[in-house]
Amino acid sequence: MTDKQKDDALDIKIVQRVAKLSALAVKENELAIYAQDLGGIIHWVEQLNELDVSTVEPMVGAENAKLRMREDKVTDGNCREAVLSNAPERIADFYAVPKVVE
Amino acid sequence: MLTEMTIANAIEGLRQKEFSADELTRDHLKAINLLNNRLNAYITVTEKVALGQAKAADEKLASGDAPMLTGVPLAIKDLFCTKDIPTTAASRILENFIPPYESTVTANLLKDGAVFLGKTNLDEFAMGSGNLNSVFGAVENPWKRKGDDAFLVPGGSSGGSAAAVAARIALGATGTDTGGSIRQPAAYCGITGIKPTYGRCSRWGIIAFASSLDQAGPMAKTVEDCAILLQSMAGFDPKDSTSVDREVPEYRAACNRSLKGLRVGIPKEYCASGMSSEIEAIWQQGIDWLKEAGCEIVDISLPHTKYGLATYYIIAPAEASSNLARYDGVRYGHRVSGNSLDELYANTRGEGFGVEVKRRILMGTYVLSSGYYDAYYLRAQKVRKLIYQDFMNAYEKVDVLLTPTAPSAAFAKDEHQDDPVQMYLNDIFTVPASMAGVPGLALPAGLNKQGLPLGLQLLGRPFDEETLIAVGSAMEKAANFTYKPAIHSGVSL
Amino acid sequence: MNYVIVGSTGSWEVVIGLEVHAQVISKAKLFSGASAHFGSEPNTQVSLVDAAFPGMLPVINRECVDQAIRTGFGLNAQINLVSRFDRKNYFYADLPQGYQISQFTHPIVGKGEIEIELDDGTVKKIGITRLHLEQDAGKSIHDLAPKETCIDLNRSGVALMEIVSEPDMRSPEEAGAYLRKIRAIVRYLGTCDGNMEEGSMRADVNVSVRKPGEKYRTRCELKNINSIRYVMQAIEIEAKRHVEIYENGGEIDQETRLFDVVKGETRTMRSKEDAHDYRYFPDPDLLPLIVEQSHVDHLNATLIELPDAKRNRFQNEYGLSRYDANVLVAEKDIADFFENVAKGRDGRLASNWVTGELFAVLNKKGLSIHDSPVKAEAIGALLDLIGDKTINGKIAKEVFEDMVETGDMPADIVKRKGLRQVTDTGVIDKVIVDILFANADKVEQYKSGKDKLFGFFIGQVMKEMKGKANPVIVNELLKKHLSV
Repeated sequence: MTDKQKDDALDIKIVQRVAKLSALAVKENELAIYAQDLGGIIHWVEQLNELDVSTVEPMVGAENAKLRMREDKVTDGNCREAVLSNAPERIADFYAVPKVVE
Repeated sequence: MLTEMTIANAIEGLRQKEFSADELTRDHLKAINLLNNRLNAYITVTEKVALGQAKAADEKLASGDAPMLTGVPLAIKDLFCTKDIPTTAASRILENFIPPYESTVTANLLKDGAVFLGKTNLDEFAMGSGNLNSVFGAVENPWKRKGDDAFLVPGGSSGGSAAAVAARIALGATGTDTGGSIRQPAAYCGITGIKPTYGRCSRWGIIAFASSLDQAGPMAKTVEDCAILLQSMAGFDPKDSTSVDREVPEYRAACNRSLKGLRVGIPKEYCASGMSSEIEAIWQQGIDWLKEAGCEIVDISLPHTKYGLATYYIIAPAEASSNLARYDGVRYGHRVSGNSLDELYANTRGEGFGVEVKRRILMGTYVLSSGYYDAYYLRAQKVRKLIYQDFMNAYEKVDVLLTPTAPSAAFAKDEHQDDPVQMYLNDIFTVPASMAGVPGLALPAGLNKQGLPLGLQLLGRPFDEETLIAVGSAMEKAANFTYKPAIHSGVSL
Repeated sequence: MNYVIVGSTGSWEVVIGLEVHAQVISKAKLFSGASAHFGSEPNTQVSLVDAAFPGMLPVINRECVDQAIRTGFGLNAQINLVSRFDRKNYFYADLPQGYQISQFTHPIVGKGEIEIELDDGTVKKIGITRLHLEQDAGKSIHDLAPKETCIDLNRSGVALMEIVSEPDMRSPEEAGAYLRKIRAIVRYLGTCDGNMEEGSMRADVNVSVRKPGEKYRTRCELKNINSIRYVMQAIEIEAKRHVEIYENGGEIDQETRLFDVVKGETRTMRSKEDAHDYRYFPDPDLLPLIVEQSHVDHLNATLIELPDAKRNRFQNEYGLSRYDANVLVAEKDIADFFENVAKGRDGRLASNWVTGELFAVLNKKGLSIHDSPVKAEAIGALLDLIGDKTINGKIAKEVFEDMVETGDMPADIVKRKGLRQVTDTGVIDKVIVDILFANADKVEQYKSGKDKLFGFFIGQVMKEMKGKANPVIVNELLKKHLSV
């Protein structure tokens, strides 16, 4: 690892937090690699800070378009087998997951 | 071999009874059998389905009532959900996933009579520029450097589709383009591809990567073939809220349009530092061809071009981090058990996704998370607006833009692997149009000294794919790109 | 009469804000064409969109948007012509997409306010911060299998309106009145059925305490309480917990808590450290939601009369007291029933019969107005019989009891039982003469000043005539005879 890469690397704790938010198991030995890769990418995208965007409206996607609405009609559903057929685990007509304690 | 045909010729030949859809399909299946082990272009070959469709096509052709694509064998990127056929996104997390539905785009192709040969390889969830990130392994580019058998990448993410068309194991293919995933592999494999305007083709049933950017498009040997395929793929779909309700023009008719008086913009910012002189030369060649065809060449500026990639690598991962949250091992796909639901999620996703996908999920989660949103994501959305405005300003002065498609020819599998940012630079010329949502067409313009194809890119106004097709056809004639890759259906390995 | 908690350091004020989740009444779900109907077989009302299959996309249901706008009018709130949908990202068993589509930065309905009325007649305004549209989650069922939680996605994707109040309430009673008012508004408008037991209306409660005049202190959020009574209990218990902690020198941590009905306590569900980072961002699958002013005007013009307006009209049109009018408008079905009785008749009499005799019967039988054994038309007909002096008020009660039992119309009962009021002065006169003759001693006493005996004579006459005599005529004739 070069000194620059070391400088750019993200804090491991941040990687752990982001991995938790992303519901991704990251192995101990991978943490440092992600910290370095992500740090490098983040450092690189910070070139956007060169621009003054204070008066610019953010762009989400298609411009100048508005949401089309559908009528309130039941046109879908009633396809339980299609919905459940790919499930890794099911109990009767439910999806099943390890017991969730509230 | 019938695999050498263009789609336009095949459509004609089928109707003239020069050959049957069954023969055309069998020739392709034979070639796939010979070449796919090496190229790894297809993940799934649907031989039975294809032969059934070919048989039905022959019946339709015999009846005289056959829609445009009847009997045309195509390859489908394995990001399109296909009913009752495994659909993987080249990811372990979707192993054994069989969609009970057909994507709108592939349904359109089927309605028009197409034959599906199989599902093509890609970068996992379409994230990559070399087709190196597939759980099913890399795809080999059928092109070789002169006197060198190095394994070159086909580009990505639609690498399997591009390799299949180049190697003549499909007459055409579908691709998807989020930041260049149709155009860049088209350039690396010496074929033609169109990324239509955002909203032109329905996204319904296509596995999402970055929803505000993803767009399906055709990949084929010629501009005309792409026009024929786009005709079928495009159209309004009420199931996609971002689909645009706008008539689909006769794209094929645009192939013969005159270019007289057309203004072609040459954006100076695409002359990136470090661009190879070969790319610069082929770009100049393209300019000269268009001058000869009667176009007016205009130097223009897209000042925010250099920020396109950084913007893209914030916005696309952000959307992806959310789009990929549904892969949790509960309703479909791969599951790794855990002692709790949280453990099940983390194990399933930790094992089910590959490294690049995980890297982008982490990146996307980071830029959206509390404390970083404004600094990264919101800022990127604003820069995206500037990039969009660059294009709109340019289209007040010119009708179409001409640029190189990629900064280099296809690279070898073992090059630029270690640094993700270096890998991302392959998309430098394709990403800005994706950010702006404007259509793009990539076509081969010539070979470099090593004998590898180099591509040029045309970018048009929103929903003006016709001008791209018109200009692309003229350039295609001028370029007369008749080269074939080292590996294709006409050679024995 | 302010609600305060008296602690060892003095009086504490309670500060309450509510987030109400109200399931929208619509045929289909917010972003999919699956049915939004409650109570079907598990996973039957699920589309591939609701189960978040790869490549599935949301398309918005127009009716859900209209229902939100109507509710916005009910809350006297600003309707935002441009709003947006955002994704709220978190992993949960009954959240198939891994995010909820909601409205974070640009809700469809902005600031508004409603009036609540307390038992002592005090009227108070409660501010509405916003109303936004979002998707409901599926259901986790924990008691079907020993080691697994079962997931039913029937509810996944049903439209919800989240109605957020300002922290304007100062007592459990105010919170209760607010919830009842919100429920009345959405039921009137037909935008939500308001059934808290079935979970189609749920409340999250934000509670903090402070010394009078202080700034707001740290609040805790009590999640998903499913009855008005529990909301009121939970507030009281939580507020006391805060006071106790402060007075023992402690601090309150901002956290999400659960109300345990059985134990009568609240407990930590999620602390601030574990608080989700929802990573809201605009949903790229959905474009801005833009509604035309003309459409909003049309919805406003066709809006049903709301409880407050109806109460005012009842006061003006039927001469009712504010209290009686409030009782009648609390539920739209009751108000409608009342109006069917009162139209063209004596409004106050109609109100007395509905809130008196009818409510007594409904309460006794545990029936809703909808299942009333006596229809509005029948009560109206009964009032008509009183009005045209066919029967008197006392007989009317007897007729009403018969109506409840038999469901017969009052005229038929009067005929069957021969209850028609006697107005023939000759008949009444004869009975009076007989009574006075038989009670000559009492007549003497009356004449020597014992006025109270007048009532006795009335009673005797009515008794003799089985209550059917017209009381006005009896009164007149009796006075005449006794003054001779």
